[in-house]
Amino acid sequence: MTKKKFEVIEKESVVVKFVGDCGDGMQLTGTLFSDTSAMSGNDLSTFPDYPAEIRAPRNTVAGVSGYQVHIGREVRTIGDKCDMLVAMNPASLKANLQWVALGGTIIVDVDAFVDKAFDKAGYASNPLEDGSLSSYHIIQAPISSQAKEIAISLGMDIKDADRTKNMYALGIVAFIYDRDLKILFKQINDKFKKSPKVAEINIEVLKAGYIYAESIEAIESRFHIPTAVLPKGKYRNISGNIATAWGLLAASERSGRPLFLGSYPITPATDILVELARHKSLNARVMQCEDEIAGICSSIGASYAGSMAVTSTSGPGLSLKSEAIGLAVMTELPLVIINVQRGGPSTGMPTKSEQADLLQALYGRNGSCPCIVTAASSPSDCFEMAYNTAKLSLEHMTPAILMTDGYIGQGTELFRIPKVADMPSITPPLAKAKDPNYKPYRRDEKTLVRQWALPGTEGLEHRVGGLEKTDIFGAVSTDPINHDKMVSNRNEKVQRVADYIPEQDIIGEDSGDVLVVSWGGTRGQVYDAVKNLQKQGKKISLAHFKYIMPLPKNTADIFAKFKKIVVCELNDGQFANYLRIVHPQFNYIKYNKIKGIPFTTTELINTFNQIF
Amino acid sequence: MSYSMIERSTVPLTKEDFASDQMVRWCPGCGSHAILATLQSIFPRIGYKRENFCVVSGIGCASRFPYYVNTFGFHGIHGRATPIATGVSVSNRKLSVWVIAGDGDLMAIGGNHFLHTIRRNVDLNILLFNNQIYGLTKGQYSPTTPFGQVTKTSPYGTIEKPFDVGKLVLAAQGNFYARVVDNNTKLMGDVMYEAAKHDGTSVIEILQNCVIFNDGAHKAIADRATAPDRQLILKHGEPMIFGKDNNKGIRLGSRGLEVVTIGENGITEKDILVHDAQQQDAGLHNMLADMHWPDYPIALGVIRSVPSPTYDELLEKQMIDAKATSNIKCVDDILNSGDTWEI
Repeated sequence: MTKKKFEVIEKESVVVKFVGDCGDGMQLTGTLFSDTSAMSGNDLSTFPDYPAEIRAPRNTVAGVSGYQVHIGREVRTIGDKCDMLVAMNPASLKANLQWVALGGTIIVDVDAFVDKAFDKAGYASNPLEDGSLSSYHIIQAPISSQAKEIAISLGMDIKDADRTKNMYALGIVAFIYDRDLKILFKQINDKFKKSPKVAEINIEVLKAGYIYAESIEAIESRFHIPTAVLPKGKYRNISGNIATAWGLLAASERSGRPLFLGSYPITPATDILVELARHKSLNARVMQCEDEIAGICSSIGASYAGSMAVTSTSGPGLSLKSEAIGLAVMTELPLVIINVQRGGPSTGMPTKSEQADLLQALYGRNGSCPCIVTAASSPSDCFEMAYNTAKLSLEHMTPAILMTDGYIGQGTELFRIPKVADMPSITPPLAKAKDPNYKPYRRDEKTLVRQWALPGTEGLEHRVGGLEKTDIFGAVSTDPINHDKMVSNRNEKVQRVADYIPEQDIIGEDSGDVLVVSWGGTRGQVYDAVKNLQKQGKKISLAHFKYIMPLPKNTADIFAKFKKIVVCELNDGQFANYLRIVHPQFNYIKYNKIKGIPFTTTELINTFNQIF
Repeated sequence: MSYSMIERSTVPLTKEDFASDQMVRWCPGCGSHAILATLQSIFPRIGYKRENFCVVSGIGCASRFPYYVNTFGFHGIHGRATPIATGVSVSNRKLSVWVIAGDGDLMAIGGNHFLHTIRRNVDLNILLFNNQIYGLTKGQYSPTTPFGQVTKTSPYGTIEKPFDVGKLVLAAQGNFYARVVDNNTKLMGDVMYEAAKHDGTSVIEILQNCVIFNDGAHKAIADRATAPDRQLILKHGEPMIFGKDNNKGIRLGSRGLEVVTIGENGITEKDILVHDAQQQDAGLHNMLADMHWPDYPIALGVIRSVPSPTYDELLEKQMIDAKATSNIKCVDDILNSGDTWEI
């Protein structure tokens, strides 16, 4: 075969999405593609998009599983639309066509485009023939038949041979985007470490896909993706949930308090429980409890006994924990609560993402019941925010809620690996044995923090509980003046945390026409949109919040220097409403989306443009 | 509460060492007074340093208990005493952790936690004050109120079958279950001491009188005058003999347990069952827990006490094994594990 000449096109970034039936291996294909790209020096962001059902009926839209990868020089989001969609059957094409950029490339497994599958996917006719895809560049590849033939010829049985089709598809994509095959092969060998024969066959099938792409006329150009411009350092790819788990472990190590996690499986937070359960060698005591309430209550008991206590959950679980959060507020014990938000209310959309639990985190308890509330802004930021949230909770003796979401919890991006010794120190206010002056509710004058007196320490015997207690001494009390004072102490203690968090930063000029305000997991899209408009010469800046309760001390100063403030969030305006309570002197324009999916950079640019 | 691991006091302690400065606010005549006094006198006998005891409660009359004991104490929220105590126990094995809660707390709102705590065999001693009524909310029926009883929320009589605490404990694979009456503090103290020595979840059901809202609920079996004929006080290794003349006994017949009289119908002491609290099979323990007056005497004392690995020790063993075998020795090791690369 004579080698064709290919046009090589330089692209700042590309978005590729692999979609197919659950069980078609799309998550693995996507991971191999993204890891290989990362190791070749690209920046990246990924997101798994899978149904709530474990194995929905084959070839139906309900059963479509996908994995989106955005690679490039500088990447902060999973990308608005796909440059390339790899669709293993009609149903996956139907479910994902809306996410393909006009003019984008769609590779289909033509072997799966048969009458029966059209019916199941809800297509009246063959979309490859009825002209409905005329705005896209379609590559009809014989993926499953070719993969099967090669795998069988190498000695695989029919059933397993059928499962290699994802490798053939990956081979085609690897050719188009000029991926480093050596790295890819190493990844496959590592993945199938236990069965070298399976690894070998998968590699052969992948090579066949690669050669196929090289030979067909439909592919005339290849793309070159520039390597990332990142600070020097050691990197890895990490999801938000894993980063959260590791940040907590780091805080436990630095504080010297052993980690205890009481938790209950719930999508999309379960990965934190699963990850921490692996690390018994680091003194992590992990209990899978009988319910969400036992999860938090065992954590409160563990905190009382001196552990760095954590409970992890998602929205409905946070609802169940509300009463117990109040107990932790009242007993003034450190407790880290991780809420990986999902679509609500009620069971809502467990595998989809939104930011609609903010007011619940801030106010969803009986009584005047303040907690520290923080939010992570990206998958890798979950590490730092889990660490910092644990530090604040331990040092200020009060529960702290860290808000992440399904999008950053399950999505991945590059993570520059820190050294734990370089992280800020964590010093919980432990009471000393036999301290004659120890009293349960005696407070540090500056911070209003009480001491942590661990059971088993001589001379510190004391009682705490959910009933109101007298100031300093901790006896049960319903005295009106005392209650007023204790409520105020607890509120003021949390407010004074503002002295221990970073000032709010601004991306762009510190004054101008429009200030975009956002919080939590939307940072990537909002940042890209603001940067884009700044390049166009607009006087627009971004204040992206990670500390919600209390707010950074300079918040009002920042707001005062802009003509307009637009608060964008994936809910119906909860942060905007909160800002109206804390800083009522400003006018807040709201931009909200509540569809279970992230913002797109494009929609934000359009929206912000209309505000000037 | 791993008995052998907890540091003992080098100076003898007294009951007074365990009295806090708080005024006890239970109703005069409430069974809780006797239980408090008994526990305060048993703590010195158990012998740990005062700071190594931790008393955890839920919500209800009984749950004010921690405020009255001068040790570490945690007054929790309704139904959640067992998970809170679990967190304490698992975090520090060198503590003797006691859970105090009523029948509303542990059988209703906390019923699920109760079962799972027992199933896991967490190292806790649970004192379940069973007065068959909600006291602190003033007289509503509880999950242990007898069928048909008229209360404020069952003006026509309850139409719910009550839970039997002992049978629940055994169904949840409990390893230690004892039952006492609040007016027999000698037996109560002995049973508390046995519970302290037992590693794992120990449940002591205390049949307690609520003088205000359910006075005399246990009168039929608790009354001192008739108690000898209506109570079977079990002792491990001894025959199940009771009665004011010490001539009644329990025999295993073809249709289950039977009350027989020694000397009648050819019955001798040899026919009487000998109590084996340490028997793995819980069949007979279940039958003993299920004996109710007037068909049977009520069984008191330690009904079941079987050694079994505790959750706490199994967890610690996994941690020790993991430390010995894992390559992950510190968090930096995890951060640098798997695929990483330099830029």
